[in-house]
Amino acid sequence: MDTLEINDKQTKESVATEELSGSQILLKGLIEEGVDTIFGYPGGAIMPIYDALYDFKKELNHILVRHEQGATHAAQGYARSSGRVGVVFATSGPGATNLITGIADAQIDSTPMVCITGQVFASLLGTDAFQETDVINITTPITKWNYQVTDASEIPEVLAKAFYIAKSGRPGPVLIDITKNAQIQKVEVEAYQKCEHIRSYRPYPIVRQNYIEKAAALINSAKKPFVLFGQGILLGNAEKEFQAFVEKAGIPSAWTILGAGAIATDHPLNVGMLGMHGNYGPNVLTNECDVLIAIGMRFDDRVTGRLDKYARQAKVIHLDIDPAEIDKNVKAEVPVWGDCKETLPLLTALVEEKSHDEWLAKFRDFTQKEIDQVIDAECNPTSGELTMGEVINQLNILTKGDAIIVTDVGQHQMVACRYAKFNHTRSNITSGGLGTMGFALPAAIGAKFGAPDKTVVAVIGDGGFQMTIQELGTIMQSGIDVKIMILNNQFLGMVRQWQELFNDKRYSFVDITSPDFVAVAKGYYIEGQKVSERENLVGALETMLNHKGSYLLEVMVTKENNVFPMVPQGCSVSEIRLK
Amino acid sequence: MDSNIEKKEYNITVYTENQIGLLNRIAIIFSRRKLNVESLNTSPSEVESIHRFNIVINETEDVVKKVARQLEKQVEVLKVYFNTNEDVIWQELALYKVPTDIIAEHVSVERLLREYGARAVVIRKDYTVFETTGHREETDALVEVLQQYGLIEFVRSARVAIIKDSDGFHAKLREFERLEPGEDVIENEYLNKGQKVFTM
Repeated sequence: MDTLEINDKQTKESVATEELSGSQILLKGLIEEGVDTIFGYPGGAIMPIYDALYDFKKELNHILVRHEQGATHAAQGYARSSGRVGVVFATSGPGATNLITGIADAQIDSTPMVCITGQVFASLLGTDAFQETDVINITTPITKWNYQVTDASEIPEVLAKAFYIAKSGRPGPVLIDITKNAQIQKVEVEAYQKCEHIRSYRPYPIVRQNYIEKAAALINSAKKPFVLFGQGILLGNAEKEFQAFVEKAGIPSAWTILGAGAIATDHPLNVGMLGMHGNYGPNVLTNECDVLIAIGMRFDDRVTGRLDKYARQAKVIHLDIDPAEIDKNVKAEVPVWGDCKETLPLLTALVEEKSHDEWLAKFRDFTQKEIDQVIDAECNPTSGELTMGEVINQLNILTKGDAIIVTDVGQHQMVACRYAKFNHTRSNITSGGLGTMGFALPAAIGAKFGAPDKTVVAVIGDGGFQMTIQELGTIMQSGIDVKIMILNNQFLGMVRQWQELFNDKRYSFVDITSPDFVAVAKGYYIEGQKVSERENLVGALETMLNHKGSYLLEVMVTKENNVFPMVPQGCSVSEIRLK
Repeated sequence: MDSNIEKKEYNITVYTENQIGLLNRIAIIFSRRKLNVESLNTSPSEVESIHRFNIVINETEDVVKKVARQLEKQVEVLKVYFNTNEDVIWQELALYKVPTDIIAEHVSVERLLREYGARAVVIRKDYTVFETTGHREETDALVEVLQQYGLIEFVRSARVAIIKDSDGFHAKLREFERLEPGEDVIENEYLNKGQKVFTM
């Protein structure tokens, strides 16, 4: 019996070639790639793979989600918390199309992910067969690479390529579509070989010392240098190299939301968050610095605001692994291609040891203004209804900044990113580029699988929670320990905020009603409670964090609160509003 | 900075692996940005197994540079060059089908054809097919003329272009095949070739 042979390690090692089905080859390949967790959902066209999976239960932990979109977000959460490649299984047709949102999210947020979809028999391709959809062409614009396998013998090489492409260079999602006949077909295969080089693909641009030198000279001559850092530091595992660089050069540094946690929130050179709802100082002073050093970030429009009024006075140094990012939005005076793990130490070696005290003090002045005018009222109110900020603030005190915070999209996301404390890297997991509501619950599940020793808190709005609420079933069945905190303002809050500020309070379809979330959780055998009074908040948070297993805490917060500061759309970063 | 405002024709040469689906991957880079592709040709290249796309767009240099980088980012794209019309030798091929009897009656037509460097590919009782190769204006001019003589069908191919100062792709490919490619495989990143510095 083949299956017996596969489970017998000695047999496996003693024969150079053996005849296996495409499905078995795939699963063995996944194990070779170090995969131990798969998020998926079976269906007709992927049945042979699931049949083979039955024999790999020990090696491959398959998490049955409740909707394929949940599988993609869980894989993203897993990849973001662990730094490993997230793996997704789905069937053809609707199974595959349900992956689209998550794949697009992974593409724009550079998350390494390999999606395996089943496909109809190769002989039926193009015949509008049952559950046939052209998943390759649908996913072409949102994958780093994709490929349709129609013959089992292709699988080892394609799988090895998929993993190499997904995780190397600027990471991203890859999709392999495997026709049912290729899953069933038996072929002889040789030992699995990982991919290390593809001639048409250069994931790591050559580092050129002359540009490092130019960058260092510019930094050394700067009076008001300013660092903007993004997820590139996390993706390059360059947190230490980054810290060494900013500490030696003494440069105030601000983060994009995906860069949060690359350096601890409390680090003296960490001056806060960039962008539309970022901190006051980093936004205003972007238009005052003389040298802007962007590291592993892509000048998203939510970061830059109006481009023609963005840092025009500054000379820009841009460190990025993706050459297509250089000059895409902001022109770079000195581009530094390469993995920042490699380029940062080279730069650090050449920069002078400095401390820009006066310049740093300017950031502190702005911080003080922001505390006085925004933060204090948001995070430490003593009367009125609960605010989102104080919930996050109390959570910080209890978790000490050691938890992984997974956020959905909207007001709560901005508040959580602004006020959550991150002592560690890979502890802020959010949908940045795509802004996918419904991301947090499944991503938190994946994040916990990726970092089982960490406390994982999903902070979710009442709107977003209802988009993927069915993943409570995944939590129930897998027994995973995820703390779910719903900040319920009974509105689609961010859209409401814009309607208030820019559409004369014409609240068009933002008034959303919710079920009894605690009762829903109870239906899934997940304990929970609802809190709306200040005096009960800390106790409720403690109960949630101390509870063994998953817990849902619904916090009723002020209905019509706005997130400030804010750079209104179409405005320059220096036109940031405090109210 | 004129090059960033002024639109002109650019010839984009893309060296790729021969892979199903790559045409779509390349085409959507243009369509996503609402860029009109004036002409697109795929063919083998000077290197066996390597494909060559010739794409013509009418855009500013700034847009073309960004598109070139997006193209080059694709896993199965080896190299992208972009050149103005002055930097390339280019040709398009056109076929014209006209009724033979009318052609036969009009001696001047023959002279015209000679003038336009056309040649007859097929001559049948009912129709004759002529062919010309040349620049757009030349092939277009003949259409106008033949229109008077009952032009039945007209078709023009995509543009094919040879880069004047290219040394071909053989040496580059050898570089790509090495695990650690040398400096010259990234020379397209130097956009101001004269000074070897960034001017963008």
